[in-house]
Amino acid sequence: MTVAVRPGLRRARRRTARAALLFISPWIIGFGVFTLWPVLYSGYLSLTDYDVINDPRYVGFDNYAQLFSDPKVALALGNTLFYTVLQVPISVFVALVLAVLLDHAGRASGVFRTLVFLPKMTPPVAIGVLFLLLFNGSNGLINGVLGVVGLDGPAWTTDPAWVKPGLILMSLWTVGASVIVLLAALRGVPEDVREAARLDGANGLQVAVRVTVPLISPALLFVLIINTIAAVQTFDEVYTAFFGSGNSTYGNDAALFYVIYLFQQAFEFLHMGYASALAWLLFVIIMAITAVQFALARRFVYYEGDRA
Amino acid sequence: MSITTRGRRRVGRMVIVIVLGLVSVVFLYPFIWLVSASFKPRGDVFDNALIPRTFTWDNYVAVWQEAPMALWLANTVLVTALAATTVTLSSALVAWGFSYYRFRGRGLLFAFVLGSMMLPGAVTMIPTFLIWNSVGAVGTLVPLWAGNLFGSAFYIFLLRQFFLGVPRDYFDAARIDGAGHLGLFWRIALPLCKPALVVTFLFEAQAAWTDLMRGLIYLRDSSTFTIPRGLKSLVDAYGFGGEWHWEIIVTASVITTVPMIVLFFLGQRHFVSGISASGLKG
Repeated sequence: MTVAVRPGLRRARRRTARAALLFISPWIIGFGVFTLWPVLYSGYLSLTDYDVINDPRYVGFDNYAQLFSDPKVALALGNTLFYTVLQVPISVFVALVLAVLLDHAGRASGVFRTLVFLPKMTPPVAIGVLFLLLFNGSNGLINGVLGVVGLDGPAWTTDPAWVKPGLILMSLWTVGASVIVLLAALRGVPEDVREAARLDGANGLQVAVRVTVPLISPALLFVLIINTIAAVQTFDEVYTAFFGSGNSTYGNDAALFYVIYLFQQAFEFLHMGYASALAWLLFVIIMAITAVQFALARRFVYYEGDRA
Repeated sequence: MSITTRGRRRVGRMVIVIVLGLVSVVFLYPFIWLVSASFKPRGDVFDNALIPRTFTWDNYVAVWQEAPMALWLANTVLVTALAATTVTLSSALVAWGFSYYRFRGRGLLFAFVLGSMMLPGAVTMIPTFLIWNSVGAVGTLVPLWAGNLFGSAFYIFLLRQFFLGVPRDYFDAARIDGAGHLGLFWRIALPLCKPALVVTFLFEAQAAWTDLMRGLIYLRDSSTFTIPRGLKSLVDAYGFGGEWHWEIIVTASVITTVPMIVLFFLGQRHFVSGISASGLKG
């Protein structure tokens, strides 16, 4: 955009900048107070012992050293990675299958899309409650259904080996948002491209795997990254079902996810310094995972107009 | 050949519709189970019967007596309304500043907006708590919404995309007609971007209504609880660790969830288009 040079232009430009900054000022203030300062202060706190009541006491890198010797950190990391590594691929795959089905459902797809998305509206606390009830080992619905086909379902909510698989199954109930993103991407794939592949003799599965999926790979990458970040930070449902003031009747080590442990350290034990170090480790982990995903994406994601 | 192909495709579509029908039943069943259980007497909650053998309203009465449900609902409505209204207005102001005006440093500033989305909430959670603590707001509902006065990166991004899509001629014409900076924003830009504003409002309303973590961090007294925080306290008091009154928990879960179902059906079109857009532009 070129602007004709005329007297008073400088002043006009300055006035424009001033108006723009006024509009943006809420974000600038908010960024300073609720992002920039917290990030810096969190970095400082991670080098201290702080219980909110007494002043922070500088301890150097002790908190970071403690991360590596604290068995609960290893446990929480292990649980979180186990959950993420299984939950993300499974849920993205299920979402993709549902999106492909919806894409081919003709006029009925609108209704089905609504029904598949609806569970996503459920408050996570209620999902935690539903998990405890539906997956109850002795009289839950899931094991009831398994019993009908002659299978003896496990104690999903109490057996440490089955808690996380149960939570993964429960999480599939809320794949609806991913389905909608992928469906929108599928709708953007031109029909003539698929038709051309069919004329070249490709069958339905080949068209899907070789043509459609590469064409929606940017949306797949988006869903993958969003789901990973969410899975690593799982909190609400699991905390509701396994933690809190009334809840320690059975071993919940199997459900100790990383953010739950961080929350406990910060707000139940008031170890604010140690919890800040935990938060920075989480930040590094998320950054590393996202970087790896983007690096892989450069090989597998196809952007239109890019070199193919 | 083309006839058999078409015939095969019709059969294929029928199979797909049947499969999706079964999938939909699986997706709907937990809702039906929950609502049905809320009308069963205590001993029948786990019977997995689709229709209650004995139908009773007692659980709803009991929840109302056992817990300050009306207060929790009122608190949540207040927080949700304030959170959604403030974030929509503030994010729109900021998005407008980033889309209509050209000034030095705009690209850099906007990069910070996008970059702040990558920061996990856990990093800022503790200092943010200390801020609210230092102004004496812990224990009140203020920390649950007041941060929204400053806009939110994701919505700023979403609304900016929308503002950029409006032809500049609209604004130039209004400028010639004498509209000021605020008039341009309020009377031209906002009305043109109503769908994006509705998406922002609905997304944030859902986020505010269902938020548990902030309720756990900031709310201490039962009278200040939002409904998810209240439901969590009922799980603690009446669940496995407590008195085993699952009918209370089930009924409170229904009460917590139903407003979100209503919200979805009120704004269904906007939810779907908003989520689709977030993926396509992301």
